[in-house]
Amino acid sequence: MVARVARALVFYAALVGVWQALAVFGPWPSYLFPSPRSVLRSLWVDLQAGVLLEATAMSLRRLAVGYLMASGLGSVIGAATATWRWARDTVGSLVLGLQSLPSITWLPLAVLWFGLSERAIMFVTVMGSLFAISISIRSGVETVPPVLKRAALTLGARPWQLLLHVVLPAIIPSVMQGLKLGWSFAWRSLMAGELLVVSMSLGHLLNVGRDLNDVSRVAAVMLVIVAVGITVDRLLFGQAERVVRERWGLEEAAG
Amino acid sequence: MTETGQHWSRSRSVDPILAVERVRKEFRSPRGAVAALRDVTFTLAEGEFACIVGPSGCGKSTLLSIVAGLERPNGGRVLFAGRQVTGPGAERAMVFQEPALFPWLSVRGNVEFALKLRGMGRGERREQAERLLELVGLLRFQGLHPHELSGGMKQRAQLARALAVGSRLLLMDEPFGALDAQTREDLYEEVQRIWAAGTSVLLVTHDVREAVVLADRVLVMTPAPGSIKREVPVPLPRPRRPDGHEVVDVAAEVREALRSEPVTASVSGGRHGR
Repeated sequence: MVARVARALVFYAALVGVWQALAVFGPWPSYLFPSPRSVLRSLWVDLQAGVLLEATAMSLRRLAVGYLMASGLGSVIGAATATWRWARDTVGSLVLGLQSLPSITWLPLAVLWFGLSERAIMFVTVMGSLFAISISIRSGVETVPPVLKRAALTLGARPWQLLLHVVLPAIIPSVMQGLKLGWSFAWRSLMAGELLVVSMSLGHLLNVGRDLNDVSRVAAVMLVIVAVGITVDRLLFGQAERVVRERWGLEEAAG
Repeated sequence: MTETGQHWSRSRSVDPILAVERVRKEFRSPRGAVAALRDVTFTLAEGEFACIVGPSGCGKSTLLSIVAGLERPNGGRVLFAGRQVTGPGAERAMVFQEPALFPWLSVRGNVEFALKLRGMGRGERREQAERLLELVGLLRFQGLHPHELSGGMKQRAQLARALAVGSRLLLMDEPFGALDAQTREDLYEEVQRIWAAGTSVLLVTHDVREAVVLADRVLVMTPAPGSIKREVPVPLPRPRRPDGHEVVDVAAEVREALRSEPVTASVSGGRHGR
């Protein structure tokens, strides 16, 4: 564990070193290739002005709303397409098709329908994650081992008990996976949506940085986006997923 | 538990607990219907231990699924304690060859599963589960999850789980197929002990020796479409050892029955209408 942390530390220290060296000795002008120090300064300025916190809070709020909507709707679609053949043949095939659309391609449509508004951002966020979530849930329900259902039936389970005590617990690992995937899709779509719309948010800050030719600011905001992403990914989903996988016996406890 | 027998043998009562009558099953495939079972008929007496042996693909597992009520026959019927089987039920619990324990529950949780379905209280549930786990020698491992168990322990846990519902008929689908020889023999003793305590057992296997060690009667099936070709009684005292010479002799007889050309296979009467 210590060795792994040390290894990572050394790697990132070296990365910053190379970055600094490139900024100083590289052929690029500093207004195109910022040094680590100027990015840090930019980060600090925005942080002190309260801009960063406000923008992050705004983005996270939107993310929460959009993600919840997508999760709810996605679970319903996933469960329905896994359960009923008619739903699979209709909505199921549609979902598979739409899943192949990169989330940014929803943007023009969103702007046409909702203008440069909050609703346009929401729309892109939901559309970006909805299909990934419903596909994961569907495959989770479809891959519940039949022998578990058969066993429960011969133990006297009624259909609703089968659903509650066998299917639901059995799909928890894939639901976790789907929700994790959905979150990362939602986060990416949200950033795409926020680039367009003028409002205090992380995506908008990026755009402002570009407008002002402030490359350090652009890099600083990117760092914040990475930080938020890693925090949610690792701390929230990573932990939950690990617990579930261990409990369900999907992998040996990490040695 | 209606009767408590002596240790290794019990007198059979006359009423069949299970009657399988002219059961027929077909599967639809792209190339048309494939016959899996053809006019399977046999009975099982209350408290009897019967094993079904047959070549792989003869439909013996399908037959067991039909008795369990998990699949429906295309013709014929199954009577359990005089009533027609229309679906699965706890009076016919099943032990599977595949890992059928619920992976998210501990060993004890698995055994308590069916008791919980019936709304039994916590304390009572726990008490009963512990009693059964002790019976199969898993009491010390009750807190483990299925993936932490060896193959033999998994099958013991399945056995305890099936017993928890108080089944009158225990159905076992190649329950020892994935186990090594030593573990298997330990489980033979376990199963015989459980059977002696009052359950009827119908066990499907492709292992002739296993069938002879365990059964009162061995039902030999033909290749697909399967039907019962011969019944070989095993009038040997228990406990039986898999390498005891009487067991070997009867096993030879069963093997002979399996091998012989299906001259005797023309089951009584062909198909008159029903």
